[in-house]
Amino acid sequence: MSTALQDPQVAETPNYLNSEYGWKSWLFTKDHKRIAVLYIISITAMFFVGGVFAGLIRLELLTPQGDMVNSDTYNKFFTMHGIVMVFFFLIPSIPATLGNFFVPMMIGAKDLAFPRINLISWYIYIIGAIFALASIVLGGVDTGWTFYTPFSSTFSNTFVITAACGVFIAGFSSILTGLNFIVTVHKMRAPGMTWGRLPLFVWANYATSLIQVLGTPVVAITLALVGLERAFHIGIFDPAIGGDPILFQHMFWFYSHPAVYIMILPGMGVISELVTCFSRKGIFGYSFIAASSLGIAIIGFLVWGHHMFVTGMSMYASLYFSLMSFLVAVPSAIKIFNWTATMFRGSISFDTPMLYAFGFIGLFTIGGLTGLFLATLATDVHVTDTYFVVAHFHYVMVGGMVLAYMGGLHFWWPKISGRMYPEGWARFSALLVFAGFNLTFFPQFITGYLGQPRRYHAYAPEFQVLNVMSTAGASILGLGYLIPLIYFLWSMKYGPRASSNPWGAKGLEWETSSPPPTYNFEQTPIVTEEAYAYSHEKEAEVG
Amino acid sequence: MAQQFDTATLGMWVFLLTEIMFFGGMFGAYTVYRGMYPGAFASTSQFMNPMFGAMNTAVLIVSSLTMALGVRAARLGLQKALQIFLILTMIFGLAFLVIKGFEYHEHWVDMKVPLIGGHWDYKEAPQFARQAQLLFCFYFFMTGFHALHMVVGLGLMTTIFVMARKGTFSAAYFTPVEISGLYWHFVDIVWIFLFPLLYLIGRTKALI
Amino acid sequence: MQLPLFPEAASSIASSIDYLYFYLTAVSAIMTLLIFVCVFTFAIKYRRRSPDEIPKPIHGSLKLEIAWSVIPFLIMLTFFWWGAQLFFASASVPPNAMDVYVVGKQWMWKIQYPEGQREINELHVPIGRPVKLTLASEDVIHSFFIPAFRVKHDVVPGRYDTMWFTATKPGRYHIFCAEYCGTEHSGMVGWVTVLNEVDYENWLSGGGSEGSMAQQGEKLFQQMGCSTCHLLDQQGRCPIMRGVYGSRVQLQNGGTVQADDAYIRESILNPNAKIVAGFKQDVMPTFQGQISEEGLLQLIVYIKSLAITGTPSAPQPGASGQPANAPRPPGKRAATPGVKQ
Repeated sequence: MSTALQDPQVAETPNYLNSEYGWKSWLFTKDHKRIAVLYIISITAMFFVGGVFAGLIRLELLTPQGDMVNSDTYNKFFTMHGIVMVFFFLIPSIPATLGNFFVPMMIGAKDLAFPRINLISWYIYIIGAIFALASIVLGGVDTGWTFYTPFSSTFSNTFVITAACGVFIAGFSSILTGLNFIVTVHKMRAPGMTWGRLPLFVWANYATSLIQVLGTPVVAITLALVGLERAFHIGIFDPAIGGDPILFQHMFWFYSHPAVYIMILPGMGVISELVTCFSRKGIFGYSFIAASSLGIAIIGFLVWGHHMFVTGMSMYASLYFSLMSFLVAVPSAIKIFNWTATMFRGSISFDTPMLYAFGFIGLFTIGGLTGLFLATLATDVHVTDTYFVVAHFHYVMVGGMVLAYMGGLHFWWPKISGRMYPEGWARFSALLVFAGFNLTFFPQFITGYLGQPRRYHAYAPEFQVLNVMSTAGASILGLGYLIPLIYFLWSMKYGPRASSNPWGAKGLEWETSSPPPTYNFEQTPIVTEEAYAYSHEKEAEVG
Repeated sequence: MAQQFDTATLGMWVFLLTEIMFFGGMFGAYTVYRGMYPGAFASTSQFMNPMFGAMNTAVLIVSSLTMALGVRAARLGLQKALQIFLILTMIFGLAFLVIKGFEYHEHWVDMKVPLIGGHWDYKEAPQFARQAQLLFCFYFFMTGFHALHMVVGLGLMTTIFVMARKGTFSAAYFTPVEISGLYWHFVDIVWIFLFPLLYLIGRTKALI
Repeated sequence: MQLPLFPEAASSIASSIDYLYFYLTAVSAIMTLLIFVCVFTFAIKYRRRSPDEIPKPIHGSLKLEIAWSVIPFLIMLTFFWWGAQLFFASASVPPNAMDVYVVGKQWMWKIQYPEGQREINELHVPIGRPVKLTLASEDVIHSFFIPAFRVKHDVVPGRYDTMWFTATKPGRYHIFCAEYCGTEHSGMVGWVTVLNEVDYENWLSGGGSEGSMAQQGEKLFQQMGCSTCHLLDQQGRCPIMRGVYGSRVQLQNGGTVQADDAYIRESILNPNAKIVAGFKQDVMPTFQGQISEEGLLQLIVYIKSLAITGTPSAPQPGASGQPANAPRPPGKRAATPGVKQ
């Protein structure tokens, strides 16, 4: 199992955490590792803000009557849950934290290409988050995270402009992170680190960055148009004055569909790292996994219309978007199969990160397959805008992305903090998350096909039992998130010190001390072998 | 140094990619509405003064030239020439904004500013009033955004100029000049697309 | 305690959607099982037995990669093909469908029948007869959703959307608004009642004190002053209304347009958008903001009624020999009042 050893010598060495002290050394740092830590703290805070709203939603849905809060308040709950989780947690989650910390280390660089821009991107994120939080404090927003017009542009009486500003601003943080990663991967690789030797986590972040750079400006301009419409009532999206409310949906989903790949691709990158490390085996089909990340990034831009099959879009456009949506499923399937094949004849251990990886593979498979129900035209008509979509989305985003993030965090925590977390508690909470998650969201597939529409404050009484199951699951899930928060904080002071490579993993980030020194490596590493070279033996005969 | 130069240039290119998508979103929405309301679109073009547009196009093309010459001067280490070309570029950039200001003023006098209450009427073609309002809004949005980019560009130029005065640049180090130049050319190119789209296409349609 | 696990199937297409759904579910379950079993067996069989064990590397296999890209895609193509087929089939409205008009408004469904009945959040339909809903919205985007019929369509302001179904089982089923539309979105629900033919006829004859939709439309036609310019049978300052509906109209700019609901709606709200050949711009003022969505629908039904009873032998201008909305087979609705001859 893990080789977490007391190693006082390692801890004595100067590292990025003890090189400087005081708040200024953090708030004005240009060290990508410290910025990553700043991001971890801020997105964790936002995650729990969004989580509180999720809890309140589930509490309200315990009973069908809608008797805990009034409908306006409920509408604000799910809107704030969506906005905070999507734009302030999921999108920055892995790239801005684990990506920020490890992309430079994995390619053997001292830092990102533009350290100052990296810090600026965190400040921009914070300003955006302040706007989002301000919109909550001022009284909330009730448009749904999708900001559909003309409701958002004309009819809603809430703080739409404030929230849209927050999303707009946070978008630039995402763009700058993406820009930084692209340039870093192109220009800062250590000698010998060819494209074919890049760890798959780097590939995944590279593909993500392309989407961030190309997609985010479109949603920024779209939300700017909504703000403009609200301020001046020109009729950009108001049919009464000649505008087209459906155009908004096209522009919104042009970004926001690729945005779900911003959320999931880096998670897939993490899983590639975990599966290889805890199977002690090179990845099966390296080039296919790398290429599939790029494939998802590109095809992901061509499928946005599948959110709009019942808007009365042209039949042929619907056909096209349906077909492309099936096509984009292929690269995801390739990844799943390759991870499974990687485990074949491996040496598999059951450390916490690997438990999360198992969870990811299972839940993402279900999330991906239920996506096919939504890509199929005839079934989409019935299940779109119902809880089926909610369940599908959460299977991919929570079952996929959040599990990958948790797995990655556990995997790299020894490197980030220099400490080990309590393995027993960690495994226990991983199981809680898995069980709680399924209990929360699996019943929603059933309520969805039964026809319970999403965003309903009160619902038909026959759906109650399934909703009670969901709420029960959500409370287990909540506990599963709180326990890691506690033991991670605990471990920073009391956890046993981690060695430089507690998992026996490959990759440049493990070849430096834990926590790493300020400039990552004592001297620039020279790469001589491919990624995940766990064995130097000749290839085994495949069964 | 060469490594840093490459890195900064690539960074600017990626940033410009983002900018293309940014303007692309607006161009896209505008094109959709143009397709939806061809008549209204043709009717708006009578209020676009192609004289202003053409002058501004010329001004920007010349400014691109001076910018390119400035970058060349920086590359050759000609400090004096660099400063002169930067000044010229700034003058042309300012000229663009001044002309744009006159043009906006003309719209104001014409009552073609739908963004501010009371400064909008469309007596000339009342049947298109509603859609024309929409198209004018896009006109102001797109040119306004472009003008904002010009202002940012002028800020960049001022910074570069101050740096040049301080003697920061040499034939070995002129990365900021190079990437500011890229940005400046990009803003010019956006105008090269805006000009025919807003001023010319509708006009020919109206004539036919 | 109720624990339904599967929705009622009460329309002609419901079971075909369900079969597709079962197929998708079966394939998904098999795939999920395959992955789960592989992960489980590998995890158990190849668990780490000693801390320094290093397995032999396997780099990959092109054959396998091709197999697990192509085979899933071929399976997905069957989803695509089946789904698209059903989608296309359910998109074309049967010609004998009866009309019902639905206006969505924050936060209620207002339903009108050509015979003049009006309801809020209640829809009565006969069993076994195709029903075509014309959907309009007064404010934001709504979505008309009847889970038991497996149909749903967004109701977008500023235009008409249509959907249709044939109910197959008497009973009461939910109507939901599926597109989030503001405060009382979850209150924008109703019931569709499926009646057998006799009960439906009884129900129909029960209401409609204000006269049929066409009659109400005719009243509006007078009230709004339409009738001063749009004369019924002779050329006034504006085009004649009789026989317009369903014909191809020659436009001033040389094009033609099919005179359907959307065209008539546009001509009322934005008269200058399409000028009929031989007429001038700016003669007719816009009625935007002066007429409700329901009133618009009544006008359209009225104009439509002029087409039905208008001289059918009159040559239709344009190429379409068969008007899109052909005269329906004689039924109760054709005999409604409001069509006075």
